[in-house]
Amino acid sequence: MFVTAAYAQQSTTTEGAEAHDAAAAGEVHTETGVAHEGEAGSGVFPPFDSTHFASQLLWLAITFGLFYLLMSKVIIPRIGGILETRHDRIAQDLDEASRLKGEADAAIASYEQDLAAAKSKGHKIADDARESAKAKATADRTAVEADLAKKISAAEDRIADIKAKALADVGAIAEETATAVVKQLIGGTVTKAEITAAVKASAGN
Amino acid sequence: MSNDPTHQFLVNKIVPIEIGGIDFSFTNASLFMVATVGAAAGFLYLTTSQRGLIPTRMQSVSEMSYEFIASMLREGAGSGGMKFFPMVFSLFMFILTANLLGMMPYFFTVTSQIIVTFALAVFVIGTVILYGFYKHGLGFLKLFVPHGVPGVLLPLVVAIEIISFLSRPISLSVRLFANMLAGHITLKVFAGFVTSLSALGALGIGGAILPLIMTVAITGLEFLVCFLQAYVFAVLTCMYLNDAVHPGSH
Repeated sequence: MFVTAAYAQQSTTTEGAEAHDAAAAGEVHTETGVAHEGEAGSGVFPPFDSTHFASQLLWLAITFGLFYLLMSKVIIPRIGGILETRHDRIAQDLDEASRLKGEADAAIASYEQDLAAAKSKGHKIADDARESAKAKATADRTAVEADLAKKISAAEDRIADIKAKALADVGAIAEETATAVVKQLIGGTVTKAEITAAVKASAGN
Repeated sequence: MSNDPTHQFLVNKIVPIEIGGIDFSFTNASLFMVATVGAAAGFLYLTTSQRGLIPTRMQSVSEMSYEFIASMLREGAGSGGMKFFPMVFSLFMFILTANLLGMMPYFFTVTSQIIVTFALAVFVIGTVILYGFYKHGLGFLKLFVPHGVPGVLLPLVVAIEIISFLSRPISLSVRLFANMLAGHITLKVFAGFVTSLSALGALGIGGAILPLIMTVAITGLEFLVCFLQAYVFAVLTCMYLNDAVHPGSH
């Protein structure tokens, strides 16, 4: 409603702009039916004062057109570029972070692998050492045992030898003893053959 | 005279210019249009000149307004509407800055002039119509024929759709204009009470406290309205552009 009225107003003003100004202003706003509280020259409510519409439109077109150009050619590409760069940078940083995380994971995996290998190697070395120590101990023991057995048998041989020798001497001592005893007791002599026979007989008991 | 609440909307010639018998004078309105463009473009230009990867506070304000309008347009008109981003962004920044500048004492409010808001609204609707016919040809007229309406009702519905379409530039311009005008008149009237009451002596000064509080509160409200009206204008522009991009979708 305002608008059509305003346009009507504008056309009348632009047609007869010069003759208009002060005098016709009253007529104009009786058409519009807008309140009369305005002052200063035209007497129209200032926002509806059509005398300046042409100038307002022109200057709006100039200023807003300029503003639009500035926005679309300078400001929007610039802010868009800033946001784009930041977005790219964040994406790049995230990629870098995930790459580093991958590297860290790989390092951990290889470390654990090394650790497992070292552990198994350690076990193997320990097992080998135990085995060889055991084998050596067994070998030493058998050698010592064999040595001991040899020494024992040698000692037994000597004992048997000495025993045999001792037993052989026993007959001779008995004969001499018997001869001496008989001599002392009966004063006579006994033949050696008799004594030997007698010793043998008693030894046979 | 200065107590007249409509005095602030008077247009005064600063540099008289006349071309072909038509008055194209550089007025105080023109001055504040230039100031609006200078302030808005200057702010956006200077705050983003560092192109900081980590934005300063002021740079984030510029970036936030960019992203605010971008998401508004993407939600309103889809990705096909993003080619209108410079237009919506310019409209929003221009109206917002003009509204906010108008809140300064003694400053002229560009958007309180019906011809200015109407011109902006016609610019929006003109873009919608031109782009609609350019993109869809006569298919743009499907805008006025909603789906699933019974044949009998169709003429009525189409008539209503056409009327509602034609009333858009009027509602769009009058909403912004009337809000700014009414807000500034209210402020002026309440502030006028303060001075006229305090002229009445001690009792008057005591009584002037109430309109003073009101003036402060309304000033706060008006700053909200300044932003809100710029936002509403931009949102409606996005909705209307959606009709141009997808005429048969509603």
